[in-house]
Amino acid sequence: MDKEINVKVRVWRQQGPKAKGHFETYKLEKISGGTSFLEMLDILNEQLIRDKKEPVVFDNDCREGICGMCSLYINGHPHGPDDLITTCQLHMRHFKNGQTITVEPWRSAAFPVVRDLMVDRQAFDKIIQAGGYVNVNTGGVPDANAMPISKLDADEAMDAASCIGCGACVAACKNGSAMLFVSAKVSQLALLPQGKVEAKARARAMVKRMDELGFGNCTNTRACELECPKGVSISNIARMNRSYLGAKLSE
Amino acid sequence: MAKLEAKIPAGPLAEKWTNYKDHQKLVNPANKRRLDVIVVGTGLAGASAAASLGELGFNVLNFCIQDSPRRAHSIAAQGGINAAKNYQNDGDSVYRLFYDTIKGGDYRAREANVYRLAEVSNSIIDQCVAQGVPFAREYGGLLDNRSFGGAQVSRTFYAKGQTGQQLLLGAYSALSRQVEKGSVKLFTRYEMLDLVVIDGRARGIIARNLATGKIERFAAHAVVIGSGGYGNTFFLSTNAMNSNGSAAIQCYRKGALFANPAFAQIHPTCIPVHGEFQSKLTLMSESLRNDGRIWVPEKLKDAKAIQAGTLKPTDIPEEDRDYYLERRYPAFGNLVPRDVASRAAKERCDAGFGVNNTGLAVYLDFSAAIQRLGLKTVEARYGNLFQMYEKITDENPYKTPMMIFPAIHYTMGGLWVDYELMTTVQGCFAIGEANFSDHGANRLGASALMQGLADGYFVLPYTIQNYLSDQIGVPRFSVERPEFEAAEQAVESKIAKLMSIQGSRSVDTFHKALGHIMWNNVGMARTKESLETALKEILQLRKEFWADVFIPGEPNTLNTELEKALRVADFFDIGELMALDGLNRNESCGGHFREEYQTPEGEALRDDEKYAYASCWQFAGDGNEPELIKEPLDYEFVQRQQRNYKS
Repeated sequence: MDKEINVKVRVWRQQGPKAKGHFETYKLEKISGGTSFLEMLDILNEQLIRDKKEPVVFDNDCREGICGMCSLYINGHPHGPDDLITTCQLHMRHFKNGQTITVEPWRSAAFPVVRDLMVDRQAFDKIIQAGGYVNVNTGGVPDANAMPISKLDADEAMDAASCIGCGACVAACKNGSAMLFVSAKVSQLALLPQGKVEAKARARAMVKRMDELGFGNCTNTRACELECPKGVSISNIARMNRSYLGAKLSE
Repeated sequence: MAKLEAKIPAGPLAEKWTNYKDHQKLVNPANKRRLDVIVVGTGLAGASAAASLGELGFNVLNFCIQDSPRRAHSIAAQGGINAAKNYQNDGDSVYRLFYDTIKGGDYRAREANVYRLAEVSNSIIDQCVAQGVPFAREYGGLLDNRSFGGAQVSRTFYAKGQTGQQLLLGAYSALSRQVEKGSVKLFTRYEMLDLVVIDGRARGIIARNLATGKIERFAAHAVVIGSGGYGNTFFLSTNAMNSNGSAAIQCYRKGALFANPAFAQIHPTCIPVHGEFQSKLTLMSESLRNDGRIWVPEKLKDAKAIQAGTLKPTDIPEEDRDYYLERRYPAFGNLVPRDVASRAAKERCDAGFGVNNTGLAVYLDFSAAIQRLGLKTVEARYGNLFQMYEKITDENPYKTPMMIFPAIHYTMGGLWVDYELMTTVQGCFAIGEANFSDHGANRLGASALMQGLADGYFVLPYTIQNYLSDQIGVPRFSVERPEFEAAEQAVESKIAKLMSIQGSRSVDTFHKALGHIMWNNVGMARTKESLETALKEILQLRKEFWADVFIPGEPNTLNTELEKALRVADFFDIGELMALDGLNRNESCGGHFREEYQTPEGEALRDDEKYAYASCWQFAGDGNEPELIKEPLDYEFVQRQQRNYKS
């Protein structure tokens, strides 16, 4: 059986986007190591509801590390202390008995707080809307095997495409830059012949939109890569810079 | 209600869809701009439908409950998507995919729909590749395939263990393109709470803005429901936390029939339950059964020692392991369909041979595959799934076998639709998992992605035009009409009632209690008695819920507990429908296993004489038993047989 621990959870509470937020500390006892971090918050919320208080609001959905909805900044790390996982895949066995755990929302000008630990990440959707796609309609496309694609390119595109759009890269970055997110999509599509046609225009449009939405600049600190739950590489940023600069030169 | 008209086109099976398209009515481009379509949901079905309708020129309003359309639960599908490409030259064809799907569904799906699904499957792969979906490839640059349950060919296309994610991001990108063009308007963090019907036709929805709590009205010429399945009725399932059946159940309450609710799929390979605060169950992809071998100890004393923690699986010699799927089903082995694999696991665990400290698990072992293929190849195929398993269980599946157990995963039942995917409410369509149409009593692996995208990209964009073509003269409806007013009032008063209870128990405690009732009585094995028990207990629990639930906070602002309460209130209705349907169906088929009806070998025993129909339920008012309407499934092209995966 997993061992049980007692912890203090210091949680950011904020009633709305314009309200002033503050930390509140709650005690939790006998949490088993196999409990996921979000299940620990479920237990906390069950306690709060029993005390007729409002539960802590946090985004979550699939709870298996793929939807990108969960977004907690735990003890100074997006998605907590463990590597290559989302918050929902973090388990309490990574914490010590008696430890205080600080839980905050993503902090970024581009991601305003909605309530407590829930933020608004529509800015990411808007960046994709600016050009994160291949311009094809449904139907009238060639046979899927008409164009061979090197396995290496396909695999590299897949690695870039594994981004879940959670925003940990932005939360980790001292500048609040979305370059890892943008470059992952730009790279995925630029690596494939289907997306190569519009690669330059796409990079340009997405970066322009990113700038408009209040994300910061990239200064290559690599914090994004280190905190990315899917291990998306900053080599995507370099690739995009080459492609983006190329686009500017050929303007 | 009169006889159900499924509107199956005439002619030979292989020509029906072509005939339909050749003769259906279309809407010209100028008129498309004047027609509004609401699409509820942004999963594979919803996003692909919204994008495709937007491309055609319709004015689309697209809703999702998450903060972004990219997060719909289709994203979590791991293993792959089927198509009849026959790229492997292993004998696949449209007919074979059709036949496997019909047989896999235990002959309880509609022939014409399933054939169409198989027919358009190839276009889906073409479309996804054109969008830049990075499917797995061979070194020669062509697409790779893997095998899935219920088939003897390799027809499953995949992108690592994240196929659903990649397909959804493809549909999301197509959707985003239309949002930028202005043809689709996106409403994120909105939940549909009612369907608005005017003169017998679906004309809009009432939705709650989840961020502000505001109830809002939206009008359109047609409403498309792509809100997924109702597996979360069981509380613990592989569904996302917020997946729910509310949109579908609102349509049911407004006159749409709900078909085959008892047909729910229990997936054999999920990570077992670890404790009472477990919030959801994590699926391990069916693709693992390509190379993983399922076993339990052959000797009862070994099983007991493992349960007691005194013996490790790696200590059990080969000759003392019971590879029960390979033993029982030599022809398909570990790749039998999901319903068969789940029941076989239950049978072994019930007999005391289960592992884990609970005795409720079986092993999925990769040691033979690692020996045969090498660690590197196994890692390349399943690395991300192994990592996910290790993060959750703290055990390394490269060194010790995985432990797995069945869990609720997918619901084959759903809103009844005709060949055009229209429900019995004119102008209200249902696509993807939300409808009942293609999987019969059991869905084959890698076919949910296929169906969601088939409906959204290639079926609905055609069939909806046949309906909309005579709507071109209908002006936009004002949301000030009394029908909208009444629907909004009903929603407001339901919310007010829930908020006023101020009882002593959280919503989750009720949901968990419902889940227990469902799993114990309407789960993998059902009996007349268990189903009657379920009906009784749900009735009682619902009463307690409406008398003792506690929802903190205010209704007219963000309130996650209120969101949950509204969904759980609907899960009671769905749970009842499932039990009622299971009780009516005195046979075993697919995911519906009635213990009274089995062969001497313990296989599902169908009764084609009496139950070769889709059971469709019509709402008859709160507190009244719904009326059963049957759609006979007359097979013209396939001969029904006892499903055989043994030889």
